[in-house]
Amino acid sequence: MAFPPYTGLGGKISHYSFLIFCACVFLFLIAPILVIIPLSFNAEPYFTFTEGMMSLDREAYSIRWYKDIATNPQWIFSAKNSIIVATSSTVIATVLGTLAALGLSQSHMPYRPLVMGVLISPMIVPLIISAAGMFFFYSKIGLSQTMPGLILAHAVLGTPFVVITVTATLAGFDHSLTKAAQSLGSGTSRTFFKIQMPLILPGVVSGALFAFITSFDEVVVVFFLAGFEQRTIPRQMWAGIREQISPTILAVATILVCVSILLLTTVELLRRRNERLRGVSPG
Amino acid sequence: MSKPRLILFDRTLNKLTKSSLTSTADGLPLKQSLKKAERGRRFKALMFVLPLLAFVSVSFVLPIFDMLFRSVDNPVVSTYLPKTIEKLTLWKGKELPKAEVFETLAKELLIAKKNRTIGKVAARLNFETSGMRSAINKTVRKIKKYKGTRYKEALIKFDKRWGETNTWDTIKRIGDRYTGVQYLAALDLKMGPEGSIIAQPEDRQIYVKIFLRTLWISLVVTLTCLLLAFPVSYLLATLPLRVSNILMVMVLLPFWTSLLVRTTSWIVLLQRNGVVNDIIVWLGIIDDGSRIQMVYNQTGTLVAMTQILLPFMILPLYSVMKTISPSYMKAARSLGASPLRAFARVYVPQTVPGIGAGCLLVFILSIGYYITPALVGGQSGQLISNFIAYHMKSSLNWGLAAALGTILLFAVLSLYWLYNKIVGIDNMKLG
Repeated sequence: MAFPPYTGLGGKISHYSFLIFCACVFLFLIAPILVIIPLSFNAEPYFTFTEGMMSLDREAYSIRWYKDIATNPQWIFSAKNSIIVATSSTVIATVLGTLAALGLSQSHMPYRPLVMGVLISPMIVPLIISAAGMFFFYSKIGLSQTMPGLILAHAVLGTPFVVITVTATLAGFDHSLTKAAQSLGSGTSRTFFKIQMPLILPGVVSGALFAFITSFDEVVVVFFLAGFEQRTIPRQMWAGIREQISPTILAVATILVCVSILLLTTVELLRRRNERLRGVSPG
Repeated sequence: MSKPRLILFDRTLNKLTKSSLTSTADGLPLKQSLKKAERGRRFKALMFVLPLLAFVSVSFVLPIFDMLFRSVDNPVVSTYLPKTIEKLTLWKGKELPKAEVFETLAKELLIAKKNRTIGKVAARLNFETSGMRSAINKTVRKIKKYKGTRYKEALIKFDKRWGETNTWDTIKRIGDRYTGVQYLAALDLKMGPEGSIIAQPEDRQIYVKIFLRTLWISLVVTLTCLLLAFPVSYLLATLPLRVSNILMVMVLLPFWTSLLVRTTSWIVLLQRNGVVNDIIVWLGIIDDGSRIQMVYNQTGTLVAMTQILLPFMILPLYSVMKTISPSYMKAARSLGASPLRAFARVYVPQTVPGIGAGCLLVFILSIGYYITPALVGGQSGQLISNFIAYHMKSSLNWGLAAALGTILLFAVLSLYWLYNKIVGIDNMKLG
């Protein structure tokens, strides 16, 4: 870092202490996530670095906890449930959310603020309240402790994210493109799939990924709405943390961190592509 | 425009639109045709939104209203002890009810016992006055064997509570189908004799304390987040894009990582035999015997919530700071302001929208927080959400859970209204 020539000693000291402070905050943000990765390879059932691990002894590391997941029917069962629930709810949320965003971004949309308010309310209301309300209501209509009930609940929680990301993408959409296509003789559906869809696709996909991670991570609604048959990974983790935290939990956590890194990278790439298409320099 | 002139204007317009010059090809007047097209477009836009609107209304908004309704709905006693409640409406509450009321109650309790609904009645009364459950169970057991007809004396002999006007007052009060008693309970109050409102007994006053604790913890978390996020956002906004993009990953990765994973890591880090304690012992700050308990108490809740919510503060601050031109600061410096003064008087005021957005967002998220306090909070770190969950899952006092939930919901909604005024929900950005 080059300082302007007039910077005094005090200026330099305060600048470096500022940088150290920021480094500490970054450490605070990222350390908790990184620390569990090596710990999940611990050969001993402890949650701290053993002496063997510190001296990088090969014996001190093992993949026994990962084997534990792969052979434990409960984890496999909940992983299957998680994938089914997250995928189905993402499909519902994405289709309905994208349609709604297409309507919302038209200037003719009546009662826009009110409709928007209702549509994003699942994101605003604290999860515990949504879960309580859904528990009362879904029990009444026989949907609690069923797979369809859980999928519907997660779909509704995911829709605001799709609506927000797709409306944001559509805000930068140049409507003269669709007019040009139509004036060249393309029909409505053809214009949509050939012109509009490819351009807003990044927004749709990031919205879908948000919806997916919302469902995949969600535990409060599952806690109230799902029975044993609908246990998902987070629910299984919750039980594990509550009862007896075992190193297997750390192995699952590590796998989940990898999933989030994957999702984050995809969303970032999409965001940059979208900005490049719009002629904004990637930020 | 005055009224006669307005009419004249309207007539001219009508005449104009009737003339052939302003008609569309299919012969319709232009004004009408435009209106029709406009209506058609509005309808089309609405058609796109309608499926989701219907879906959200049925599977989300309706359940929320169901919960609101449940907070005032009070069916148990009036359903299972209908005749007793009917007779009690005539009772003034000055002395004990007449003997026939005792008889009706005794008979209805027996019916409830036979229909296996007695448990619900006992539980409902017990929420109101502790000890009622055992009183009812004891009474029912004894009435079964009782052969006489003097129910009033018998009941009082079975349990002395039946000889107190307070007991009857309670039954009469929660015999109302719709009632606000759950809200009173949620605020540590209850109905006293003759319709007065009195405080709950000392040992049952918890919710006001929990509401205040929730607000306090949310406030501390919000301010800590602001303190930590401000310098970091400033750094991110002033660094060249290539560098700040890499650092941004450190903000976004926690944002995308599962909440449970992050909470688990905090347990692992902070527990008595955890990594942080190990480091402190290794550094020799404390000895091995006096390791600090940092998790399963309020400290755990505070630390974990701050880390989890920090990205929600950094992102809005960053996006605001990004738009502030550095030349303002330079101008202030060149006009003779000290670095501190230039920062405080020129830079900070420009970041106020970001501070407002970030603080409100973090505060709103933290007052509804459930998972983290439940897992790392221990006794002293439980927030209002945890009590809602407790009444839903364990004590099964759903009415009270709904009332507590409704209060929380209105708190959050009014904060969002504020957020919308300041930032606009449309401007909400994700990641």
